[in-house]
Amino acid sequence: MPEPILQLLLIPLIKIVVLLVVVLLIVAYLTYAERKILGYMQVRLGPNRVGPKGWLQPVADGLKLLVKEDLVPGGAEKLVFIIAPAIVMVPALVMFAVIPFGEPFKVAGMTVTPYLADINIALLFILGVSSLGVFGIILGGWSSNNKFSLMGGLRSAAQMVSYEIPMGFAIVSAVLMAGTLSMVGIVEAQRAAHIWFFIPGVLGFGIYWVCGVAETNRNPFDLPEAEAELVAGFHTEYSGMKFALFYLAEYANMMIVSAMAVVMFCGGWLPPFPNLLAGLWALPVLAWIPGVVWFLAKMSFFLFCYIWFRGTFPRYRFDQLMNVGWKWLFPLSLANVMLVALGVLLLKG
Amino acid sequence: MDFLVSNFAEILFYILAGLAVLGSVGVITLKNPVHAALSLLGTFFIVAVLFVLQHAEFLAAVQVMVYAGGIMVLFLFVIMLVSVRDLKTQAAFLSPLVPVAVIGAILVGALIASAVLLGVFASGSGSAEALQMVDGEVLGNTEAVGMVLYTKYLVPFEVVSVVLLVAMIGAIVFGRKDRFIEEPEGEVGL
Repeated sequence: MPEPILQLLLIPLIKIVVLLVVVLLIVAYLTYAERKILGYMQVRLGPNRVGPKGWLQPVADGLKLLVKEDLVPGGAEKLVFIIAPAIVMVPALVMFAVIPFGEPFKVAGMTVTPYLADINIALLFILGVSSLGVFGIILGGWSSNNKFSLMGGLRSAAQMVSYEIPMGFAIVSAVLMAGTLSMVGIVEAQRAAHIWFFIPGVLGFGIYWVCGVAETNRNPFDLPEAEAELVAGFHTEYSGMKFALFYLAEYANMMIVSAMAVVMFCGGWLPPFPNLLAGLWALPVLAWIPGVVWFLAKMSFFLFCYIWFRGTFPRYRFDQLMNVGWKWLFPLSLANVMLVALGVLLLKG
Repeated sequence: MDFLVSNFAEILFYILAGLAVLGSVGVITLKNPVHAALSLLGTFFIVAVLFVLQHAEFLAAVQVMVYAGGIMVLFLFVIMLVSVRDLKTQAAFLSPLVPVAVIGAILVGALIASAVLLGVFASGSGSAEALQMVDGEVLGNTEAVGMVLYTKYLVPFEVVSVVLLVAMIGAIVFGRKDRFIEEPEGEVGL
C-alpha cells in the first residue's frame, strides 16, 4: 500500500474508530457511575441487579432503548423531529477530534499521536461546534408540538446565549496565558511555565467551570429539563433510540467540558503539580505512568464533580439563572480577561 | 485516480460551492420558515468549509460561531411567531415576484461583473499565503488576521464597533417597556 494513503486515510480511520468506541463506552458507563454515586450519596445501593454489582446495567439500558417502540407524535413536524437528536449528537462527538488525550509516543518506529488533529484554532473549533449542538435541542423542542417541549427548548436557547459569553471570555484568559489556540500548544505552554493555569487563572477557571455546567444543562442549571415544571423539557415526546441520543449527547458534552477544563487549566496529560514536585519530575514512577492515564484521571475528577453537584445543589429559578449569568459572571469574566492580560504583559514583557 | 488526487481541493471546492448554492436557493424557496432557517444554517456551514479550503481556519471558526448565534435568534423569532399547527396553512411569501426578480437579477449581474473584473476566474495564485505574510513575517492564520485588523484596518474596525454599540443601545431603548417607571425587583422571567 502506498505511503500517503496509509498516512492520510488508514491511521486516522483507525483512530476515529478507537476514539468513538472509547468515548461511547465511557459515556455508557458514566450513566452507570452517576446512578451508583448518587445512590451512595443518598444511602442506597443504586443499580445492582444486572450482572455483578450491576455492571451490565448500561448494556441492558442500551438494548432496551434500541428495541423500544419509536413514537413520532401526530402533531409533530416530522422531518425536524427526526433529525433533531442527530444535530445534538454529531457535534458532541465531532468535538473529541481536537482533544489531546496524551503526548505523542513511538510504536515500532512510527510516531503515534493520541489525538486526531492538532489544529491551530482548536479552541475556536470547539466553541463553534458546541454552539451548533443547541440547535438540536431547540428544534426538538419546537417540532414536538408540545408546550412543555417548546418551553424547554426556549429555556435552553436563552441559557446557551447567556452562558456562552462568559465561557468564551474565561477561555480567552487561558489563551492569553498560553499564547496559542491549539490544545496541544496550551498543554505544552503549561509544561514550559512549570505551573498549571488554574493557579494564576483561578477566577477564569471558576467562571469556565460554572458556565460549563450551565452549557451542558446539568444540575443546578438543568432548567430546560426541570421535571417539576416541564415534565421532561425538550425531550418530553422522544422515546427509544432518539431519546437515547439526547441522553448520550448530554454525557458526551459533559466529557468535553471536563476535558477542556483539564487541557486549559489543569495541565492536560502532565503529571500533577510540577511546581511543588519540581524535584520529583524525574521519579521513575511518575515518569512511567503514561500521560493518557493522568488525563483520564483528571477528567474523571471533573465528571465526578458533575455528579456531586447533582447530588448536592437545588435547581435555580430561571430569573436567578439569568441574573447570575448577566450580572455576575459576564462582568467578572471581562474583569478577569483584563487582569490576566495585565499580568501576562507585566510578567512576559 | 491521479487526476482526482492532484485536483482534490478544486473538485471539493466545486462540490461544496454547488451545495452552498443549493442551500441558499432552499432558504428562499422552502415554504416552512424553520426549514428555510435550517437551510441557511447549512449554507453558512458550507461557506465555513470553503474558508477552511482557502486556509482561512480562523474565519471558518468565527463564521460558524457568529452565524450559529445569529440564526439561533432567527429561530426564536420563527418559533415565537409560528406554531407547528399553522404551518400547513401558511402562504408562501412570493407575491411581489417581479420587483424581487429584477433586484435579484441586478445583484447577480453585479456579482458576476465584479468577479470577472477582479479576475477571480483567472487561475491566479491563492491569496492565503499573501495574507499570512505580515511585515515580511510568516504568521499563523489567527495572528495574521489580528495583526492586519489591529494595525492596517484599526480605524474601520473601531468605527464598526461604534456602529454596533449604537445599534445595541437603540435596541435597549426600544426594548424597555416604560422609560419613566422603574421595574419592580425580582420579577420572574420567561
